[in-house]
Amino acid sequence: MAELFTLPVLVGILYSGIRLATPYLFAAVGETFAQRSGVLNLGVEGIMLMGAFSGFYVGMKTGSPLLGLLAAAVVGILMGLLMSFISVTMQAEQGISGIGLHLFGLGLSSLLFKTTMGGVESIEGFKAVRIPLLADIPYVGESLFNHNVLVYAAFLLVPLSAWVLNKTTLGLKIRAVGQNPQAADTLGVNVARVRYFCVCLGGMLAGIAGASLSIALINLFQENMTNGMGFIAVALVYFGGWRPFGVMGGALLFSFVNAFQLWIQVKGINIPSDFAIMMPYVLTILALAFATKRAQGPAALSKPYERGEN
Amino acid sequence: MTRYLSTGRPILEEMRMQGIVKRFPGVLANDHVDFDVRAGEVHALLGENGAGKSTLMRQLYGMYKPDEGQILVDGKEMHFNSPQDAINAGIGMIHQHFMLVPSLTVVENIALGLKSSRGLVLDLDRVEKRVLELSEQYGLKVDPRAYVWQLAVGEQQRIEIIKALYRGASLLVLDEPTAVLTPQEVDDLFVTFKRMASEGHALIFISHKLNEVLAISNRITVLRDGKNAGTRPNENVTKVELAQMMVGRPVILQYNRPPVEAGPVRLRIQDLHVRGDRGKDAVDGVSLEICGGEILGLAGVSGNGQRELAEALAGMRPVRQGHIILNDKEVTNGSPLQHIDVGQSYIPEERMKEGAIRDFSVADNMILADHGKKPYSRRSFLDFNAIHEKVGKIVSDFNVKTPSLDTPVKNLSGGNIQKLILGRELSRCPSVLIASQPTRGVDIGASEYIHQRLLEQRLCGTATLLISEDLDEIRALSDRIAVMYEGRIIGIVDSKDATPDQLGLMMAGVETA
Repeated sequence: MAELFTLPVLVGILYSGIRLATPYLFAAVGETFAQRSGVLNLGVEGIMLMGAFSGFYVGMKTGSPLLGLLAAAVVGILMGLLMSFISVTMQAEQGISGIGLHLFGLGLSSLLFKTTMGGVESIEGFKAVRIPLLADIPYVGESLFNHNVLVYAAFLLVPLSAWVLNKTTLGLKIRAVGQNPQAADTLGVNVARVRYFCVCLGGMLAGIAGASLSIALINLFQENMTNGMGFIAVALVYFGGWRPFGVMGGALLFSFVNAFQLWIQVKGINIPSDFAIMMPYVLTILALAFATKRAQGPAALSKPYERGEN
Repeated sequence: MTRYLSTGRPILEEMRMQGIVKRFPGVLANDHVDFDVRAGEVHALLGENGAGKSTLMRQLYGMYKPDEGQILVDGKEMHFNSPQDAINAGIGMIHQHFMLVPSLTVVENIALGLKSSRGLVLDLDRVEKRVLELSEQYGLKVDPRAYVWQLAVGEQQRIEIIKALYRGASLLVLDEPTAVLTPQEVDDLFVTFKRMASEGHALIFISHKLNEVLAISNRITVLRDGKNAGTRPNENVTKVELAQMMVGRPVILQYNRPPVEAGPVRLRIQDLHVRGDRGKDAVDGVSLEICGGEILGLAGVSGNGQRELAEALAGMRPVRQGHIILNDKEVTNGSPLQHIDVGQSYIPEERMKEGAIRDFSVADNMILADHGKKPYSRRSFLDFNAIHEKVGKIVSDFNVKTPSLDTPVKNLSGGNIQKLILGRELSRCPSVLIASQPTRGVDIGASEYIHQRLLEQRLCGTATLLISEDLDEIRALSDRIAVMYEGRIIGIVDSKDATPDQLGLMMAGVETA
């Protein structure tokens, strides 16, 4: 065990922890918006897969990761639009329609992958941008300030989202619609429009989360490459008590444990690798079991709103 | 010449609704209703539940569209497509179920949906300043920075009124505003009403309480079965006349309660402690004794532990400490069935959640507790002939109006469901009856019937605990009245000596005895 606690390894864990948190942050912050407005979108995983594929494909064809990112965002918004239509306009059971959306994304991304590419290829994604001066801080500088632009964006998204939710008129509408849509309606707030906006924003961020894997972190696309990350992101929203900073805490905890278990495997420490891989998931279950009681979620979460019904 | 309110908004001089018709699937909710209100008056809209009062007002507030008829504001025809349109026309509505977001602060609730002076960013300081001005001006005390969930209902209602005034409301619709208040709070509210009317506001006061309507209104309109049953100036009408207009036939408002010799103690509650949903003791050391042939009324503002006490007595909520003794048998923490077997019946507060199963038929609901017993069941098979015979008898005995015994209860009116539950519980000939809000949301006709059945039960020697927020009901039926405040019994008074003022003070937590 002792070889894990050397300086280079700890610096490495810090570096990978920050990197790995990126897709979770995008997806979970996006889902936070959807849930704060009262829509439970369980289809995050499917949207991530579609985002990962479209980002990769467009990036590969055009040679521009930025265009790939744009494509992923647009595809994410379209998936969000589909989810909002089903859950807000048609008032379907949200848990079930989210699972449907996930399966749809999983199937469609695999199909498109097989018909357009067929085999795994890799591309050159976003390159690391070293931030001068900050990256020169001894020990931690390289781990924190030598990442690609999506990693920085993911972390900047957190304070930005907290600000939008707590300090703007839009944020107030979102919070009100998720807690008591009828009250918001009587004050002239368009409940459906707010929910559409939040679910589409969540979809866009989930699309970007997927693209962050395929064109910024791993730089390849495989079938079902997200492997449950979208569901973990939904769990992180609960874990973080529906607050962006709480969500970030959860994402970091999860990704650090993940980075830690990767290094256990790299260092060949004598723990069966299956157990190492399990660690972050076991931790998530434990954390959720203890975390959900303290925070109160949006009261209208997963309840469709219809005017005039008491 | 246009007159202005002190809030700076022009006064809405007259609102007139003409020939309003509103249909819902299978129901004619409003049938050619004419209604009008003028600046400076309080116009009461009186009627039973389901008479169409709220429906009429929701059309005025843009929540429903009328199928026929016109809404005229200052002579101009209006078409409201959403509450926002009504707000823009100077109309505000205080809903019966408050339209507040509990997790937000008072100012956030008021700022919701308004344009901010700082564009996209909230400007809560400015909102707060204006809220304090309005609060001062109309004598509506509020704490702008408190979270709504921390506040008592009286204060929540003041926030609702300020919310409407902040949006420039000149005409205010108040849907059953007194239902959740203590008598003293009602007096305060009426003072505010008078002040608002004298300023030039027009007020529509929806209620089914005759005393309150007569105390505050200039004119009174009664709705019955969706129709306007008459509009009268306050001076020209009596309580009895109003009740008759509401129900469509003469109604008894005063009951005859002959003396009954008290029997043995049937229900004994000793130092009972019961946890509420938030983990604190909602019932905090209650002791009561009720004898056979006695009705003990339990009064109090809702949320002071009455619901938890009733649930504990029914065996639906664990008892943390103390004893419940029914007919000399300890049943503390026993199952609901054990309570029933010792001779207790229970009429729960939420008839659609706990009292009946919405989608089950009348017959199935009737045998919920007794389906395993004779004659309903023989060798664990349901005997449908016996069920129909027995249930049919209860249904006719208790005057339940239902198309058939196989009709799902959700298709019956509130009053009929309540009579059905009452029939089920009383047909068991209970020696102890726990009746929680037995007539809430029930029309006067059915209330009158239920009250008489409860009084008959008293003559038969049943010990009844009547939990109600309706002081008139408590005073009309009870032998003794206990008042519950913050989980404790703050005092027990003899019904003959109790005045509404004294009870009101006790409900507010003042020990008077």
